[in-house]
Amino acid sequence: MKIRAIEFLKNAITARLGYRCETCPAVAPLIERKMMLVGPPNVGKSVIFNELTGTYAVVSNYPGTTVEVSRGQTRIGDTRIDVLDSPGAYSLAPISEDERVTQQLLMDEPVDLVLHVVDAKNLRRMLPMTFQLIEAGMPLALDVNIIDEVERSGHTINADCLSEDLDLPAVTTAATLGIGMEKLRGLLADGMPDRSGFRVQYPGPIESAIAQIGSFFTREYGIASRAFSLLLLQRDSSAWEKVQQLDPDAVVPIERVVRETEGLYSDPLGYPIAIARQEAADQIVQRSLTPVTVRTRPDFRQLIGALTMHPVAGIPILVAVLYVGLYLIVGRLGAGVFVDALDQHLFVRYINPASEALINKLLPPTIAELFVGEYGLITLGLRYAIAIVLPLVGAFFLVFAVLEDSGYLPRLAMLVDRLFKRIGLSGRAVIPIVLGLGCGTMATIVTRVLETRRERIIATFLLALAIPCSAQLGVILGLLSGIPLGLAIWSIVVGGVFLLSGALAARLVPGESPCFYLEIPPIRRPSLRNIGIKTFSRLKWYAAEVIPVFLLASVLIWVGQLVEVFDVLILALRPAVHLIGLPDTAADAFLFGFLRRDYGAARIFDVHGAGIVSGIPLVVAMVTITLFVPCVAQFLVMIRERGWRMAFAVGAIILPFALGVGYLLNIILTTLQVQL
Amino acid sequence: MPEIQLSDNAEEVLARLWVASEEEDDPSCPVSELEVEDRDHAVAQLLELDFVERSGDELSLTETGRKEARSIVRRERLAERLLTDVFDLGTVQATEAACQFEHVLRRGIDDQICTLLGHPKVCPHGSPIPPGECCRAGARAAEKVVSALAELQPGQAGVVAYVHGQRREMMQRMLAMGVLPGSPIALIQKAPSIVFQIGQTQLAVDRETAQNIYVRVTGRRPAPRPSIPWLPGFRARRHRHRPR
Repeated sequence: MKIRAIEFLKNAITARLGYRCETCPAVAPLIERKMMLVGPPNVGKSVIFNELTGTYAVVSNYPGTTVEVSRGQTRIGDTRIDVLDSPGAYSLAPISEDERVTQQLLMDEPVDLVLHVVDAKNLRRMLPMTFQLIEAGMPLALDVNIIDEVERSGHTINADCLSEDLDLPAVTTAATLGIGMEKLRGLLADGMPDRSGFRVQYPGPIESAIAQIGSFFTREYGIASRAFSLLLLQRDSSAWEKVQQLDPDAVVPIERVVRETEGLYSDPLGYPIAIARQEAADQIVQRSLTPVTVRTRPDFRQLIGALTMHPVAGIPILVAVLYVGLYLIVGRLGAGVFVDALDQHLFVRYINPASEALINKLLPPTIAELFVGEYGLITLGLRYAIAIVLPLVGAFFLVFAVLEDSGYLPRLAMLVDRLFKRIGLSGRAVIPIVLGLGCGTMATIVTRVLETRRERIIATFLLALAIPCSAQLGVILGLLSGIPLGLAIWSIVVGGVFLLSGALAARLVPGESPCFYLEIPPIRRPSLRNIGIKTFSRLKWYAAEVIPVFLLASVLIWVGQLVEVFDVLILALRPAVHLIGLPDTAADAFLFGFLRRDYGAARIFDVHGAGIVSGIPLVVAMVTITLFVPCVAQFLVMIRERGWRMAFAVGAIILPFALGVGYLLNIILTTLQVQL
Repeated sequence: MPEIQLSDNAEEVLARLWVASEEEDDPSCPVSELEVEDRDHAVAQLLELDFVERSGDELSLTETGRKEARSIVRRERLAERLLTDVFDLGTVQATEAACQFEHVLRRGIDDQICTLLGHPKVCPHGSPIPPGECCRAGARAAEKVVSALAELQPGQAGVVAYVHGQRREMMQRMLAMGVLPGSPIALIQKAPSIVFQIGQTQLAVDRETAQNIYVRVTGRRPAPRPSIPWLPGFRARRHRHRPR
């Protein structure tokens, strides 16, 4: 009986932890391993990561979704595997910052297995990266993902053939459909593969340069010397930096060899190297890719894809997307329906009166003020967060998820590239800019997908200045939806500021103008499940970020009121607020705006609800608060990504600029006696 | 025809005779007026090969010589065109260089260059270029053989000939994306950005980048998307995509 009970308990525990029961953890110690997912952008590394670890890393249908390393764990049999998901990289020689993250990771973090994930339909194009990983001496396995799209086009890929040719384990999967995941797990459970014996044969001069350079190394560089020599031959800057640091004596002789080899070719050495790799890839693809049957069914998705990129048809589609996505869903549904239901009905009618009644009875008035006063934790902090900001942000994240997963964003990028070139950005920047309409903090991190420092600076600046976040946007659209002229004025002023300040920044910020290139993924039908999970996980991230700040703000204001600092600050802000023609009550909205943009917006929404701000002052307030300083969170991210000097400079420009625009707008509108 | 190694000077003599007879209506030319280095040696070689006839001081072309001479003039003028159009040399510079360049151009290569240049009719000085086989065959489809991606028409396809760029990063990037010599490539659209198909991938790039990708045009491939005949910019496709 006793033994049975112990057995039962053991089973219960192991089942809970997800072990198979044959080997008890107490008897057989866990084997711990570490694996890393690498591969080009938009091949589904994050989908595989999510499938394996059961956590959620953001997944979408555009290249560059992952810009930071995600870490998770999975358990296969009695093996616990730490899984690392890396940002997409096309090659070991990085160009953009997110690729650099991946290169660093491969060099600095020893792992037991590198799983190279590739897109089956682009196998030919992606094998050169596999070769580079083999050259780097990584314990490598290959996952040919999105096999379903290849099969739809009438081909199939023979994994055994690939595995034999490349001398490494290979599987084919369709991770979003769960196809082949068992085989993949099996492969992971097999443990560390032997180093592949496959080798790309480069032209003679390059091979001899590799041998010579290798002989100069006196240190380990985290990757095999063959791969490292090739990076040096291609003038990869981070590889050269590493040699300068670790092997300063080797720099001169290596430089000599590289220069001699370069002298033999009319193009940079990257060219003959890439050609040799491609030839090797072609041979392998020919053997492993076999046509099956061809279906010549016209593809509806392709038609939509083509229409969205069409120079004529693309524009009305873009307008429709913006109208439905931003105006109808964020403005009308988010700000109108959701906020109204939560704020006016749930909070104002039930929660606020109930908590006021309860807390006033229980606590002395000064303390009760903290919870249910004008700026109370419940009546203001929690209410703003839950009833005003989250529904708006949620509505935007929903729209954004659909845009991401359908593959529309890269098409949008391609449509606006020429316009964006005028403001010193490339079309690629639409991804952070559109995301900025959701949350500027997130978007500032995502500027890493941009290739030049100049672009990253301009995008960061514009995100801080002229891109309203979704809470602001929802509030603005909600408040101004009744006054179309006001909405038009707001759009023109903010749009104008965006373009003009961008054009000015493009002139002032030094550096080369950006090149534009972007992979256009096929249009895919978004999976409801992924959209749901993604929106929810972003919202969860956002709530965790916003609720504590809102609550803290309530506490700060309460303390501030007690010691009368708060009133002093508001008094100090009043002249500025008066300057742009706003009533005193708007001053605290601006003070709130320092803490969080969405908080300031929510305040205006609330104050407007009490009928205080309307007409011209409302439009002026909306414009000013849109342009006004970014919130604390965004500011901290700006410091992290761009350095404090840049962050403070941006802040110092924005503060007077926003007030100046508000001031001018107020004068213009009142002089013209615009009726709003 | 066996490859005949004419000396540079002999070629020069043939070219002058051809120009005199074909373009200046002067079927023969006095030897003493030929201002060519090492004249006597060159004339001797031509007489031996039966390319020219001599009566007294007058020199004239034979039938075989006429053919050879025509081909030399064609190559010379094509070389001038190539050097001015592609290499952007000034006409004076080009004329000098073309003389040397012409000797390098072998038969067959001249047709390729002619096609590459779009079968030009006159040299940079305005003298007609004698048409070759390629001009008659390709008179209808006057498509350039190699052209920058940005200059193609939507629907045109080929293989990447070479990627050339001042910006190392851009080139490296294109190489990493699979835009490599020999890769099949097709232009999908040109506005507002350039979109092309490489392998199974669609890539959007700006005009500057597309200027640096050179394509050997092989013809028209069905655009890898359905055609929309009722919209401008879309071309109806005729061919069916056949799997290899």
